[in-house]
This record gives sequence, structure tokens and C-alpha cells, in this order.
Amino acid sequence: MTEPALLSVEEVSVDLPTPRGNLRAVDHVDLKIGAGRTLGIVGESGCGKTMLSRAILQLLPKKAKLSGRVMFDGQDLVRLEPERLRKLRGRSLAVVFQDPMTSLNPVLTVGTQLIETLQEHLELDGHAAKRRRAELLAAVGIPAPEQRLMQYPHQLSGGMRQRVAIAIALSCEPKLLIADEPTTALDVTIQAQILDLLAREQRRRHMAMILITHDLGVVAGRTDEVAVMYAGRVVERAPTPALFKKMRMPYTEALLAAIPKIDAAPHTPLPAISGRPPDPTRPIQGCSFSPRCRYAADQCYREKPLLAAAESLDHQYACFHPIQITAGVDA
Amino acid sequence: MMQDSQPSGSRDPLLKVENLVVEYAVGGKTIHAVSDVSLQVARGETLGLVGESGCGKSTLGRAVLQLRRAVSGRVLFDGHDLTAMQGDALRQMRRRVQLIFQDPIASLNPRRRIGDIIAEPLVISGVKDPKKRQELVCEVLSAVGLDPSLVIGRLPHEFSGGQCQRICIARALVLNPEFIICDEPVSALDVSIRAQILNLLEEMKARYGLTLLFIAHDLAVVKAVSDRVAVMYLGRLCEVGPSEQLFARPAHPYTALLIEAIPVPDPDVRPAESVPVGEPPSPISPPSGCRFRTRCPRADQRCADEVPELRKVAPDQFAACHHPLIAAG
Repeated sequence: MTEPALLSVEEVSVDLPTPRGNLRAVDHVDLKIGAGRTLGIVGESGCGKTMLSRAILQLLPKKAKLSGRVMFDGQDLVRLEPERLRKLRGRSLAVVFQDPMTSLNPVLTVGTQLIETLQEHLELDGHAAKRRRAELLAAVGIPAPEQRLMQYPHQLSGGMRQRVAIAIALSCEPKLLIADEPTTALDVTIQAQILDLLAREQRRRHMAMILITHDLGVVAGRTDEVAVMYAGRVVERAPTPALFKKMRMPYTEALLAAIPKIDAAPHTPLPAISGRPPDPTRPIQGCSFSPRCRYAADQCYREKPLLAAAESLDHQYACFHPIQITAGVDA
Repeated sequence: MMQDSQPSGSRDPLLKVENLVVEYAVGGKTIHAVSDVSLQVARGETLGLVGESGCGKSTLGRAVLQLRRAVSGRVLFDGHDLTAMQGDALRQMRRRVQLIFQDPIASLNPRRRIGDIIAEPLVISGVKDPKKRQELVCEVLSAVGLDPSLVIGRLPHEFSGGQCQRICIARALVLNPEFIICDEPVSALDVSIRAQILNLLEEMKARYGLTLLFIAHDLAVVKAVSDRVAVMYLGRLCEVGPSEQLFARPAHPYTALLIEAIPVPDPDVRPAESVPVGEPPSPISPPSGCRFRTRCPRADQRCADEVPELRKVAPDQFAACHHPLIAAG
């Protein structure tokens, strides 16, 4: 149980200078993930989930200011020399982005792109690398891999491209894979295939994974733990079953309620969240969800609630007026 | 519950699409975007149209408005054949049919003020009095939940995606149309904003007495607003039926696959591990017979030889399948 964390994000904040003033994209985030575990990070656009993943990968825009520590496998990535960081990324720390068309190089064949990664990190000779790359494509469910190696990204469908991106990410047996909205650009039947593929490869390799998504449905069946982000902060964090059964943060509840349910009758009005997320260049004094929260009271507008553990150590939330009742009808 | 047990065809159809075929020529090849599709939308009804990218659902929406001319087939709107119309006659009909697009920010001219954007359809359709136009613009803006005095003088970039979609809806409503084609109206929006816009569409439908064709890839979203749902795959109609019935008892294996693939926000529902492999084939050379057969677990020789006709499988429910999951009652 008390396995040391593979990745531990400590007090990480990211500030971006913009013409309208400083934008705090990530605000004091603490997260941990153990080897072989899956953490889901859920939130809407602009909540800071992608900036957080870029802070972990040290791939922030040049102008961004990062504070805090990112401990990965015993090293602080924030203070690591660029050369050692480069060796680590792609080797034990891999990433799959949302849009495989922009993450793959359009002028190189699939085969060349796989070889590049393998030779860079594993120092395989040409022969071994060539054998390895066809195996990798087969492992991610690409039919006729030998032919695909000769093709360019534009000759593949979106789903196939994402499989190639996953093959490249997995090629060096990473310890942690960050999947940033890996299926958002894909159709629903292809989404299910790609999520299955990620889950299968993760189990097989005992690899840790951070699955970043805007869709609570995607994290529900496929993660061990979920962190919900709002306006740059983690507002609730819990083991997945607890989050869905005993959510405490009103934002989590509202987000779940706003999803159209497949078993609801047509024309049922959706409990929408009124308003919209705050402007990140104009920080709100109290709880950043308070202007949209139906439970908000005086204290919520004045003070910022801290993320704190409640009934159990692993369920944390940042709210003065947590939801007490159990969600769901007969949970 | 559907209060109407008659077959949908015998109700008063506002839109009738008959044997519509739309093709694109790309580099000497032909893309079969819509192949022999027939549909009806009754007055006051919302028909949901679902399918994956490239299935032809958006092309169908455009072909209804004659923004893309059909190779063959007819589009009857309130009894008038739009495919036979041109020029002024068509422009007059288009006042009654409006379109809302997926990307609300891209569908607003970034250099024009919101008040002018919404007044544009009025100018085109010959409302000459600026005062009258202003009045109508303010009325629709209030209807979609925006304060006209704060909005009219501003530019699109000053608004969020959800607000831009409200503006697009206002623009679609300003001519007081009867029929609105919504092409993926919420797929570019965040979950919390999506619910607001879906609720707004329902409100506007009731308030303005609209009939909707709601095109989307997300079945849960489609079900939330539709009376009936039509499922498309690779240019062909697979199944059409009342929403609740279709989701409870899908007849076409593709409909079942789509339903199964929806991620359910409940950790106790384990994701189905049995989602069939493979991807939709190219619409340049679609498979013979049933176009879904290359991914279908029930496919046999007959599916390769013979194009399945849309047949009744339950009251009001029709499926184009040789081996439907439910037998005709």
C-alpha cells in the first residue's frame, strides 16, 4: 500500500504572462501516482489540465513560470539538466497527445518515426530496431504492419494514426504514460478501441498512466483514482469508485449531472451549470466555483477552501459545504 | 413515451427526403457520401441523425438546404421540391429553413458586430426598416438569454464558445423559421456549457414551434433532444425509430455497437471489452451489399450479395439488416 510514488507533483503552479496580465494556469497542485496505477485528470477547457501535464513533462511554453517540484523516479524534473531530461522523456516518461496528425511528422514514414525513437533511446542497431518496430505496430492492433511502416501519417485514418502515436510512446517501455485527451478527436467506436488498447498495454507492462480528459464517462471504468480540476486547482481527488459514489465537491456533482444520460427519457431538461468558468487572469478571492455553486455561502466568497482529506485519507476535496448525501439512488 | 402510435409517415411531414443520392468527385474518384437515403420529419418533431465521421450525416443536412446539390432523389419541404428550385424561389424557401453549425466561433464573421451579424438575414430577406430590424434582433437575443444592450455592439472574439453558439442560434431564429438543421451544435462545447445549449434549443423549439433535424455523433446527446433517431453508416441509413425504443431495443448491429461504445460515467459499469475491431471502410469504394458487413459479427454471404432494404422491425422502427437483432413482431 505504501509503495513510494513514481511521480509526485508537489505544490506546482504555472503562470503565463498574457497581454491582459498574469494568467495562473495551474494553482498549487499536489498529486501522486504509484507504479502501474492509473490517474484520471478531469476538467473542462481552460481548467489547467493540459498545462499541468506539460509542467510534468517540462514542455511548458518558454514564457511560462513554473514553481514547485515534480519528482519522477527519484529526480526533480524541474531542476534536471536539459540533456538528462531529454534522455528521460520518450524513454521512461512518454506522452500521447490529442491530435495524432500534429504529433506525428507529416514528411516521415511511420517506420522512420518509430526507428528514430528506438535508436535514440534504446541504442538498438538498425536490424534489431527494424524487427522491433513491426512488432510494436502489431501490438497496438495495426493490421499488415509491414505495409504500414512504408506509409506517411496522412495515408492513415485518425484511429490508425493514434495507434501509431501510441506505438511510438510505448516503444521504449516507459514507466509513465501521459495520455492527454487521447480519444477526443476520434469517433466513439474508435475511442472505445483506443481506450481498450491503452488499458491492455498498461496492464501488460505494469506502466503507470495519467489519463487526461474532459469526459467523466471515460475515466469511470478505466482509472484507479480521479482528480477533478477547476480553474487551475484540483478541487476533488478520490479513488474512482468513491468519487462517483460519494462525491463531495459541488462542482463534481454538477459536472456529472450535466452529462446527458443514455437511460434518461428524451426531452428531460439537463441540470446545467449556470454561468461559466472564471477568467483566469482575474483571480477570484474565495472559492473559484462559488459564483456558479448552488450551495455557496458567505465564507465561500471570502476564503479559498484548501484541498483536505476527509473521512478517509485518500478522498480529498476543497469545499466548505461538501455534499453530505450519497449520490445515486441505491448506492 | 411516444404518444403517437401511427407510422411516422402518415403524420404531417414537414420534410421528406426521398431516395437522396449525393456524391463528391475527388481526384477522379467518386465519394459516395449519401446513398439512397429516405427520411421524414414530422411537423414539430425533432429527428436525431447519428453516425461517425464520414457517414454522410452533414452532407445530408447540407443537401436538404441545397447547399450541396443531389445527384438524384428529392427533398420535399412542406410539399415543395427543393431539388427542382433555383434562384429566388429557393432563397424564399431557405428563409423557412435555417442551419446551426458545429464551430460557433468560426461561423461568425470576426470583423462584424453581433447586432449586424444577426440583422444580416433580415437585410437579405428585405426587411428595410432599420428600427424594425433592431427590434427583432433584440427580441431574439433576449430569447437566447443574452442582454441585447451588452451584446449588440461587440465583436465575436469577446464571447466564449457557449455565448457564440447562443448568438448563432439567435441568428438562425431571427427570420422566424419553421425548420432548423443543427449540425453538431454542441460537440465543440464543454460539458457544463453543452447542457445549457441543449436546454436552450429545447426551449426555443417550444417557444418558436420549431421542427429540428439534430445531427450529432454523440448518442446520449441525440437521445436527450430527439423524438426519433436515424442512424447512418457510410452513406446509408441503418435504422430509424422512436428514441427510447431504439435505444432499448436496437435492431441493427451497428446501432447496438454505437450504444455499447458510449462511455458510461459509472465505475460499476465495466466498459465492454468486445467492441468489434476495424474501422469504417472508405466511402470511395464502399463494401458491396450491406456496407456495415465488414465490421459486423452477424454478416454472412447474403450481406455481401444483397443490399438490405429498410424494413419494419417494430412499430415505427425500421432497420436495414438481413439479420436484425430483433425480429419483426
